[in-house]
Amino acid sequence: MAQHMNLTLKVWRQKNDKTKGQFVTIQANNIADDMSFLEMLDIVNEDLTRKGEDPVYFDHDCREGICGMCSLVINGRPHGPKYGITTCQLHMRSFHDGQTIVIEPWRAAAFPVLKDLAVDRTAFDRIQQAGGYVNVNTGGVPDANTIAIPKRIADEAFESATCIGCGACVAACKNASAMLFVSAKISQFALLPQGQTERYERAQAMVDQMDAEGFGNCTNTGACEAECPKGIKLTNIARMNREYLTAKFFREEDVHVQS
Amino acid sequence: MSNSKPVLSSSIGRKLIMSLTGIFLCTFLIVHLIGNLQLFKDDAGYAFNNYAYLMTHFAPIKVVSYLLYASIIIHAIYALVLTLKNRAARPIAYAQNGGKANSKWNSRNMGILGTVILVFLATHMNNFWWKYHNDQTPYIEYSKDLATGVVTSKEISASEFHDYQVTVVNNVEVTKARDLYKQVDFAFQNIGLVIFYVIAMIALAFHLIHGFQSAFQSLGFAHKKYVPLIKGLSVWLFGVIIPIGFALMPLYFYFVK
Repeated sequence: MAQHMNLTLKVWRQKNDKTKGQFVTIQANNIADDMSFLEMLDIVNEDLTRKGEDPVYFDHDCREGICGMCSLVINGRPHGPKYGITTCQLHMRSFHDGQTIVIEPWRAAAFPVLKDLAVDRTAFDRIQQAGGYVNVNTGGVPDANTIAIPKRIADEAFESATCIGCGACVAACKNASAMLFVSAKISQFALLPQGQTERYERAQAMVDQMDAEGFGNCTNTGACEAECPKGIKLTNIARMNREYLTAKFFREEDVHVQS
Repeated sequence: MSNSKPVLSSSIGRKLIMSLTGIFLCTFLIVHLIGNLQLFKDDAGYAFNNYAYLMTHFAPIKVVSYLLYASIIIHAIYALVLTLKNRAARPIAYAQNGGKANSKWNSRNMGILGTVILVFLATHMNNFWWKYHNDQTPYIEYSKDLATGVVTSKEISASEFHDYQVTVVNNVEVTKARDLYKQVDFAFQNIGLVIFYVIAMIALAFHLIHGFQSAFQSLGFAHKKYVPLIKGLSVWLFGVIIPIGFALMPLYFYFVK
């Protein structure tokens, strides 16, 4: 039998990015500990809707921990009090009856609040568009595994590619820096042969876009790595720094091709 | 992918500046500690005062010292600029912050630790560097018997001093020097200053435990074998040996001398 609990939620409510937000206290009663955190919010929203009030906006999609859509800073921690999971994978058994839960959106100038707990993460899309892609020739589909890649390198690239772009790294960072995200995206291509064509232009273009979006600067606290639901490592940031500085100091001719 | 912005106005470029100035300041600390170990010699400051003269008058060392002053200023200014930019990157703070669950206290408070160190540096430079360069230290004359190596000393007045000089008469080496050693001894009779120095060294320890290894991360250094070595140096050399070595100096003069 599931245990049931009553909770006090302090939820950030904000009409849109033009208005100021504030915390609103909402009671969440008769919540089963088997529910996910988002299911708990669904129940709360059903209650609010029945009462004729505006439901709490929050982002979600797959609810399987792989899409990177859900967010929420729960009691000061991105994706809640557990490590290595997204908010949709967090269950109410991680909380206890009578607990007060503070729910905030990702807080960063580059992630403006759309409404309540949903933020605009298109800054990440623009960083990707600046260089997070590879050239692919048109024509027939090449045979698989025609390019030999050492298992070690393939694994490392795969580790970086597991980033789901949720933005928890930005939310966790005291400086609201996006370097873990950007470094994972740069790394996955820098490691593989297919990514070599744009390798050094990519590092520069993506870092430039990251800076232009208004993210903060990394101070190597490691908070991003600790809070990342996919376990993206700080070594990615070291690799990004290396790629960028190498591009700037040793591969400058690559960017003089076009002007 | 078009032309890229200049390196030094980028986030990674600014990190590079912090990193390089920081590592340079770290290497200075090693030299500074080794040199100042001469304070522990019970020779009325003979070795230390000669060393102080060398460090302030030998041209290559003077060049390095100007680099050092520049590094301190650049490191502090960039820290301020980066802190302001980082504040702007999060205009609305979290109501509840779970920082201690994901990062170490010192890594999140480098600015506060750095400010303590900066205030300490101002005090430290004023106590010794300024006084040494502005004739505010006492003067001393050493007589070293070159046959036996025995050194005797006596305090001399400003009118007897003229300038640092070493003369050998009748196999006795006479050295006239600014007595920075005496100034150190005098300054560290003040318990308030001793406590401040010890606190500043604790701040330095926590600053460098994060800072030294962080500098290598900013440079893009990631290596299975050598990163643990750098982290070890961060903790044991820059977090333990160097701050304790420096902290022992005021404690030695207050409690032992």
